Amino acid sequence: MSLRQIAFYGKGGIGKSTTSQNTLAALAEMGQKILIVGCDPKADSTRLILHAKAQDTVLSLAADAGSVEDLELEDVLKVGYRDIRCVESGGPEPGVGCAGRGVITAINFLEENGAYDGVDYVSYDVLGDVVCGGFAMPIRENKAQEIYIVMSGEMMAMYAANNISKGILKYANAGGVRLGGLICNERKTDKEYELADALAKKLGTKLIHFVPRDNVVQHAELRRMTVLEYDPESKQAAEYRTLAQKVHANAGNGVIPTPISMDELEDLLLEFGIMQKEDESIVGKAKVTA
Amino acid sequence: MPQTAEKILDHNALFKEPEYQELMARKKAFEEAPLTAEVKKIEDWTKSWEYRELNFKREALTINPAKACQPLGAVLCASGFEGTLPYVHGSQGCVAYFRSHFNRHFKEPSSCVSDSMTEDAAVFGGLNNMVDGLANAYALYKPKMIAVSTTCMAEVIGDDLDAFIKTAKQKGSLPEDFPVPFAHTPSFVGSHVTGYDNMLRGVLQQSWSGAERSTGNGKVVINGGFDGYCVGNNRELKRLLKAMDIDGTILSDPSDVYDTPADGEFRMYDGGTTLADTRAALDAQATFLLQGFSTAKTGEYIAAKGQEVVTFHNPVGVAATDALLMSLSRISGKAIPEELEKERGRLVDAIADSQAYLHGKSFSLFGDPDMVFGLTAFLLELGAEPKHIVVTNSTKEFVEKITALLAASPFGQGAKVYGGKDLWHLRSLLATEPSDFLIGSSYGKFLERDTGVPLIRIGFPLFDRHHHHRFPIWGYQGGLNVLVRILDKIFDVLDADPKGTSFDVVR
Repeated sequence: MSLRQIAFYGKGGIGKSTTSQNTLAALAEMGQKILIVGCDPKADSTRLILHAKAQDTVLSLAADAGSVEDLELEDVLKVGYRDIRCVESGGPEPGVGCAGRGVITAINFLEENGAYDGVDYVSYDVLGDVVCGGFAMPIRENKAQEIYIVMSGEMMAMYAANNISKGILKYANAGGVRLGGLICNERKTDKEYELADALAKKLGTKLIHFVPRDNVVQHAELRRMTVLEYDPESKQAAEYRTLAQKVHANAGNGVIPTPISMDELEDLLLEFGIMQKEDESIVGKAKVTA
Repeated sequence: MPQTAEKILDHNALFKEPEYQELMARKKAFEEAPLTAEVKKIEDWTKSWEYRELNFKREALTINPAKACQPLGAVLCASGFEGTLPYVHGSQGCVAYFRSHFNRHFKEPSSCVSDSMTEDAAVFGGLNNMVDGLANAYALYKPKMIAVSTTCMAEVIGDDLDAFIKTAKQKGSLPEDFPVPFAHTPSFVGSHVTGYDNMLRGVLQQSWSGAERSTGNGKVVINGGFDGYCVGNNRELKRLLKAMDIDGTILSDPSDVYDTPADGEFRMYDGGTTLADTRAALDAQATFLLQGFSTAKTGEYIAAKGQEVVTFHNPVGVAATDALLMSLSRISGKAIPEELEKERGRLVDAIADSQAYLHGKSFSLFGDPDMVFGLTAFLLELGAEPKHIVVTNSTKEFVEKITALLAASPFGQGAKVYGGKDLWHLRSLLATEPSDFLIGSSYGKFLERDTGVPLIRIGFPLFDRHHHHRFPIWGYQGGLNVLVRILDKIFDVLDADPKGTSFDVVR
C-alpha cells in the first residue's frame, strides 16, 4: 500500500486530538502502521498513545542541540500503543516567536530523515484554525491528501470548519489536497446531527461519522489512554472503530470544498432554529431602567 | 580635498590625509574613546590563550561566519541555465545583496529579480506578488525559464511556492507549459551551498517531471556545485571533455553569463546549459558531482532515478585530477589521450621544481566544505602541512572524510578540523598558534592584518583581487594555477625583508 497522508483540523478544544488518537489507535488495530505528527505548540497530539504528558518536541530538542541539523530521528520519534510512531513539532511559548515556522521546520526534518519510510499512514494533527502559512504546511502538495475536520453543533466550531474549508480551497485548486469530510464530536447541542449533516452538504462533502458523547472518553483521558486501549470492549471503542473503517475506506474520495459565506452559515443556524432572527430594532440599545 | 578626478587616492591612503585624521581624532574625543594604550592592551588580550579559551566557549553568538545564505546559491545555480531568470520570492534587499555579491566577485552584471514583498505581503501572504511578479518578469525579460527561490521572509510566513506558481499560471501570468522550477531556500538552515543544492534538485525535478529514465545514452553530465571559479573551471572541463572526445554536458554552467565580452551588446542571458540538455541529463550514463558534500540532496535524487552518481570534492591537484579523468574514461569508455598525460607530467614536474619551498610550510584554511577538502588534499600532495581547518557550514560527512584524509598522510598529523566555527575563532587560533600561511576568501584579509599570517586568496568571494575566477583550479592546468598562487605568496613573503644582505636574484 502506498503512503496515505491525512490531517485532522478543527477549532481548539473541540476534541480534535482525542478523536484523532482514538481513530488512529483503531486504524493501528486494523494492522496499519501509523506515524502521528503533532503540529500544535501544546504538543498534546500524542499523549494518549504515549501515556505521557508531552514528549520532547522537535523544536525543543533542536533548541537544546543548537539547530535542527544536529538532531537524529531517534531523538524525536517515540513509539507508543500498538507501535504507533509519534512526533511532536512543538513550538514557542504563547506570545513569542513563530509557531507556523516551527511546523514547517519539523515536517521538513521528518521528511528528510526518512520518518515516513515504512508507514501506511501519516496523520497530522493541526492546531485550531489555519492562522498562517505554516499551519497550511500539512496541506501542501505531496503532503496530506485528505483533511478531516473535527467539529460539533456549536456555532463557532461550524464557523471554524467553514474557515478551514476556505484554506483547503486555496490549495485544492492548484494541488491535490481534498476535504475528506466532517467528523462531528457530539456536544449534545440541539439538532446536532442534522446541523452537522447540513453543513457537510453545504461544503460539498459528507459527515463521515457522528461520534456520540460518552464519559468513558474522560475516564480514558485521565489515564492518558485512548478508549481503544482503556476499554476496548466499550460501545465508544466500537464507534471509533467504525470511524476508522470509514476513514480507511474513504481514500481518494475527497472533494474540493465549497465554503459558504457568513450569512449563509447564519441562515443555516436559523433554519434549524438554533439562532433567532435578529431584531434590528434592539441592536445597540442599552437596558432602559424604569 | 585631497581627492581629485585626476589622481584618485585609494581609501587606505585617503584616510591617512590630514582632513580624515582630524575628523577621526574629533570623533574619538567626542565619544570619549579609551586611550590608545588601553585599546592596545585589550587587543593584545584578545590574542592570548586565555581569550582563545573563552572564545571557544562562545555559544549564542557567531562572529564573521564563513558562509552566506541559501538563495545566494540558488541564484548562482539558476544563472547557469540557458535563458534562465533567477527569481527570488521575498524582499528586494536580499536580492540586491545577491546581485552585488556576484558583481563584486565576477566583475559582471548579475541579472536576478525579486517580487518585492513588503509589509502587506508579510501579513496577507505573497501570492499576489508571485502572480504579478511572474507576469512582469515573463513579459519584460523574456526568459526561457524562471527559477524561483525564497528569502527568509517568505519562509517565515510559510508561503507555498508550488501552489503559488500553479495559481499564477491559472491566473494567466505565464503559459501553463512555461518551466518554473522552484526551491524553498530558508537560510535558518544550511548555507549558500545548501541553496545551490536545493535549486539544482528543483530544476531537475521540474525538467524531468513525468519522464522515465531510459537506459543510459552514453553522455556524461558534470556539475561543478557552488563554484566561484565556474568561469575558468567549466571552460577547462569542456576542454578536457573535448580532449577525451566525450559527449558531455555541464549541468548549470554560468561561465558565459558571468564573463560576457565588452563588445557593445548587453547580454542578460548568455550560454548556460540548454533546457534540452537538462532534460536529456536524465538519460545520461552518469552524473559527476564535483562538489559532492554540497550537492548531496541532488545526488540522492539522481541516484534514485537509477543513474550512477560519481562524487568528487573539489578535485584540485594530481591525484584528484587523475581520479576524475579515470572515472570519465571508465564511464565513457574513451581513453585518456597522451596530451593530458603530458599535462599531468608537467604539473608533477612543476611541483617537484618548487618542492623545497613547500616542504614543512604550514597552512590554515577556511571556506566551504568541498573547497577546503580539495585544497587540503592538494596541500598534502605537495608535502605542505595543513594546520587549522575552519568550516562554518561543515557537515558530519565532511568532518569524517577530512579527518580520514588527514590521518592517512604524514603531513596531516598536525592538522585540526573545526567544524561549525567562525572566523573569530580562527583569529584566536592564528594569534595563539600561527601557521605560516592562511588560505581563504577575501574575508581573510582582516585576519591577515590582525595576526600577520599572510593570506593566499583561494575561495569565494574574492572581492579584492580581479579575474582569478577566469583561471581554472581543476584539471592539471588548474592545479598549476593553484600551485603558482601558493608559491607567489611564499616568495613574496621571503622577498619582503627589505634589509636582506643576500643579493641572490634566484629562488
